[in-house]
Amino acid sequence: MSTPTTPDGTPAGSKKMKETERIGGGRGPGHGPMGGGMVGQKSMNFGPSARRLVRRLRPQRGKIAVIIVAAIIAVAMSAIGPKVLGHATDIVFSGAVGKMFPAGMTKEQAVAGLRTAGQDKIAEMLSSMDVVPGQGIDFTALRNVLLLLIGLYAAAALLTFLQGYLLNDVVQYTIKDLRSDVEDKLNKLPLRYFDTQPRGELLSRVTNDMDNLSQTLQQTMSQVMTSVLTIVFVMVMMFDISWTLALITLASVPISMFVAAKVMGRSRTHFITQWRSTGVLNSQVEEAFTGHSLIKVFGRQQEVQETFETENEELYEASFMAQFFSSLIMPIMLFIGNLNYVVIAVVGGLRVASGTLSLGDIQAFIQYTRRFTQPVTQVASMVNLLQSGVASAERVFELLDAEEEPPDEHQPQLIENPTGQVSFDDVSFRYEEDRPLIEHVSLAVEPGQTVAIVGPTGAGKTTLVNLVMRFYDLDAGRITLEGVDIAELRRQDLRSEIGMVLQDTWLFQGTVRENIMYGKLDATEEEMLEAARATFVDRFVHSLPDGYDTVVDDEGNNISAGEKQLLTIARAFLANPPLLILDEATSSVDTRTELLVQHAMAALRSDRTSFVIAHRLSTIRDADLILVMEEGQIVEQGTHDELIAAGGSYATLYATQLSGPDVALAPPQVSSRQPAGAGGMPTMGMGRGRSGPAAGSPAEDD
Amino acid sequence: MLIKILREHLRPYKKWIIILSSLQLIGTIASLYLPSLMADIIDNGIVTGDTGYIMKTGGIMLGVTFVQIVGTITAVYFGAKASMAFGRDLRSSIFRKVGAFSSREVGKFGAPSLITRNTNDVYQVQMLVMMSFTMLIRAPITMVGGIIMAMKEDVGLSWLVAVAVPVLVVISGFIIKNMVPGFRKMQTRLDAVNKVLREQTSGIRVIRAFVRERFETSRFGTANTELTDVSINVGQWMAAMFPAVMLVMNLSTIAVLWFGGIRIGAGEMQIGALVAFLSYLIQILMAVMMATLMLVFVPRASVSADRIGEVLETEPSVVPPVHGIREASTTGVLELRSVGFQYAGATHPVLRDISFTALPGQTTAIIGSTGAGKSTLLNLIPRLFDATEGQVLIDGVDVREFDPDNLWSRIGIVPQRAYLFTGTVASNLRYGNPDATDEEMWNALEIAQARDFVEDMPKGLESNIAQGGTNVSGGQRQRLAIARALIREPEIYLFDDSFSALDVITDARLRSALEPVTRDATVLIVAQRVSTIADADRIVVLEDGAVVGLGTHDELLTTCPTYSEIVESQLRAEAS
Repeated sequence: MSTPTTPDGTPAGSKKMKETERIGGGRGPGHGPMGGGMVGQKSMNFGPSARRLVRRLRPQRGKIAVIIVAAIIAVAMSAIGPKVLGHATDIVFSGAVGKMFPAGMTKEQAVAGLRTAGQDKIAEMLSSMDVVPGQGIDFTALRNVLLLLIGLYAAAALLTFLQGYLLNDVVQYTIKDLRSDVEDKLNKLPLRYFDTQPRGELLSRVTNDMDNLSQTLQQTMSQVMTSVLTIVFVMVMMFDISWTLALITLASVPISMFVAAKVMGRSRTHFITQWRSTGVLNSQVEEAFTGHSLIKVFGRQQEVQETFETENEELYEASFMAQFFSSLIMPIMLFIGNLNYVVIAVVGGLRVASGTLSLGDIQAFIQYTRRFTQPVTQVASMVNLLQSGVASAERVFELLDAEEEPPDEHQPQLIENPTGQVSFDDVSFRYEEDRPLIEHVSLAVEPGQTVAIVGPTGAGKTTLVNLVMRFYDLDAGRITLEGVDIAELRRQDLRSEIGMVLQDTWLFQGTVRENIMYGKLDATEEEMLEAARATFVDRFVHSLPDGYDTVVDDEGNNISAGEKQLLTIARAFLANPPLLILDEATSSVDTRTELLVQHAMAALRSDRTSFVIAHRLSTIRDADLILVMEEGQIVEQGTHDELIAAGGSYATLYATQLSGPDVALAPPQVSSRQPAGAGGMPTMGMGRGRSGPAAGSPAEDD
Repeated sequence: MLIKILREHLRPYKKWIIILSSLQLIGTIASLYLPSLMADIIDNGIVTGDTGYIMKTGGIMLGVTFVQIVGTITAVYFGAKASMAFGRDLRSSIFRKVGAFSSREVGKFGAPSLITRNTNDVYQVQMLVMMSFTMLIRAPITMVGGIIMAMKEDVGLSWLVAVAVPVLVVISGFIIKNMVPGFRKMQTRLDAVNKVLREQTSGIRVIRAFVRERFETSRFGTANTELTDVSINVGQWMAAMFPAVMLVMNLSTIAVLWFGGIRIGAGEMQIGALVAFLSYLIQILMAVMMATLMLVFVPRASVSADRIGEVLETEPSVVPPVHGIREASTTGVLELRSVGFQYAGATHPVLRDISFTALPGQTTAIIGSTGAGKSTLLNLIPRLFDATEGQVLIDGVDVREFDPDNLWSRIGIVPQRAYLFTGTVASNLRYGNPDATDEEMWNALEIAQARDFVEDMPKGLESNIAQGGTNVSGGQRQRLAIARALIREPEIYLFDDSFSALDVITDARLRSALEPVTRDATVLIVAQRVSTIADADRIVVLEDGAVVGLGTHDELLTTCPTYSEIVESQLRAEAS
């Protein structure tokens, strides 16, 4: 891990910000009015990313076609609804009016009668209505209309459901595919990518951004589509009823939009402040709780409490304003809606009175205006959400676009019976162009040899073995396995020949058995047990609650660091590769467990070619070949006796440090409590006081 | 627990809540009155063709609308204020409580869990309060008011309300009931997917070394499919929700028209009343639906409330004395007298019957394998824990009798995990002593072997330190932590495995530089390595929480089998 190279913790900080946004964004339902929570991030490239997102829907276009058709029909049906309902009202109304006149009278007679009575307006209205004097409500007609309505609404509901159902499928499968692509991509990225990206940043892309994107898609897709369609249809219906009224209603749209934009702008700035405050407060809480005992012992409780109260107060102010402003939208929209209602009622009332509009029509129109304002507000409030979703999509796409490892050779070489013969031929490699790391290294390792690599931190020890794994490609020279250039092998064939035990004791969440079997997926139980016994795993497994079925993981604490290390050794043991790479650092294992680890390592090494980044005098002394590295160069190589005899830097190191007084042989240790990657893992202090992360590679053991 | 927390922490805002409730009442009544006015416009204005009436009533309607929105907005104002203040107070209470905790309680919950409780969980409860004040509170008012108004318009149709409301409740309740467990499952499976991804990014080297890309992809595929399955299931219920609710509402409308039509036909009802009744019914149904939707949040908030309650109801195990002793200075003689420590409910004590004395000017080392209780023992001295048996004494006074500030001012501690705070190098050093001058700081850095790298940093003492100190290496972090303790010039130094991240040479230099500074102080060092402590004045050997050896290196080699075993294991590890 390469944390020390991180400049000033900015990645960690930005990740934190992201997390607090997630807290605010809410995970479950009811995201709607809180959509402002994500405004912290904005897309830089809205258009292209949005288009690309849409392109990803293409495999599902059959379903999408059905969805669109269903949505159009459903929205059209619900849009016609009020109009038909208005017709029903008309039937009731004319029946009611009709009853006011005696039967047998013609409509004209009734109208004339009203006129003579001076009721001109009513007369006018009546003349435009379908009234048969004396006849009450036409229940047959009413029943027919209402039955039609039931059918209409039922069909609309069914179609809406169908549309939502299919859309859900489309969104979920699209997200699923995108997730798979992201995972796939992780396997294709060169290790360099992992070195240069802070882990939190990468993790945030594959988890937080993916989650945000999927939530946005789920929440907006169906609503945006329905809303836009509804707006269009309702407008058509409104114009169909009355141009004048429709234009009046339309006039209210820019007003609504303007007010909404104003209010949202205000609440947005407050939301930004709120999330910033939340971030500050959260990291303060985190710090106070993590450093709890220190704060106590250094007597800083009071001060910390005071800072917290200040920040807490600030968060209160900001979130109060944010919540208040964001809740303003609805009542204001309501007011504009009602204002519109009154205008419609006045103008419409006049028109009904003048007979140009039926009562049913005006009622239908009023219903339409209600259906009109809602989707408009909805679309407006979704803009924020969409923006944050597309911003996340952009970050995910960036990952998907990252350059991949060059593909394997078309006609790869094969190695039949590997013996473990390795040689370096004038190998040079650097992580950054202007920082030389491995320069012109040549060496030859015979089958079965143990090669110990010693040198200070940053000398390039880990890089050297990483090159054998072909984690990185060389800048110059070549590395051969059995005389074959490893660049001509398929990566997986090469790596299958090599077992690796890293100081980073990575386990995945699974049982002890599964973790050992990781070395050989098709191993039998007997083989697994044999590996466990040979590497002393068997001993401690019996004290675990479920033996080999105990679930362990990388973050869990149910087994100790030393036990984890033994498991990783067992894993490599089971793989039984002809070539081994061991990073021997036994981080903070208590000394008795450490002894077991040493034994296990020794068992693993026997008869195999092995590269060992060595810290143990015994390993170094017994190695067939010792490489002394300094600043990317192999400054000396040979056996222990040869190097001592040569009296070079190894001899000096040996004299001053390796053979020190009685017990001072053990390498310094790092606490096991330290999270992986956070601590500087010391190697043997052979670098004479160069302890910090010197001119090291990002991948160098830190 | 949710109720209890709400009751306790909303009490100061009772006045606001009463104001906002009455405002919501006014707002809701106003919005309920609107349909009645609309009906009047139709009945008395449009039907009779009285434009003047339409204008007049329209004016009243606008006035009512205005009252409604002023009422609602003011209510939202107080609602937001009260709920956010509630959140602020709750956060503050938790923070204060945790501040009073000893390391024991912090350890019990775990710092990350406490952080979540203090932030995220409060947020959940706070949002429920906010929604209750602004939306949920309207539901019952609208329902009751709507029913009254609807009955006023026409009693004969009011049975429709009695049918439509339960139908809506049953249908939306049924859908939500099926959806909520799905949401929970979705969260767990999302966590599972993210966990695999997290493992893959951290274990990328191992995965590639063992050529397990395909295995990992299939592992991810399983998790991904499981997540998708449950998401699709939840999404289907969600897709059903909206059309179902709309259908109930639309069918109610149709029913009102039909049965209303019959009543109008019979001359029992006015056409305007029909329209008004329709509006009321819709408003009632909307209120019911809102209330049901809100209920989705209650289980989540109540889980959060339980987690908050756990913290608030935990009593700190270390309580400062009422009249703590504030002695000006002591010599720093530290004595442990038959000290024992046991976690409540644990079957085995962590420490048993530990007695030894550490004198000023001497270095006392504690050694033992992992889990022997070394760090616990050290933490008893500054009262991060309290001994459950026996006494820890400084100059013959029980540490529990000291005023905490007075006690802590005597102690300089360097913890096992060197932790630095956000700020600068200087602000971190001032943790040890707020009044330290630059000169004193450089001096401390020099002794801690940290001068060189701090000088190399772009801004020297004012260089930034990220939270936890993640922007400096482990060794640098440890040295800064040591400097922080040194600058305090305490009587008692506690080093908890503090030299572990240093290379051999720096370790040696540091220890020789420490010697003159700590000459008059009592020094306690916890270590795992024999080499670190071989020259200590006195070594305490711990095994399973008990002292099994006490003496110098040479004495212990002959008298203490455990010690020689440790020494031997470290040697053998070398020689094997």
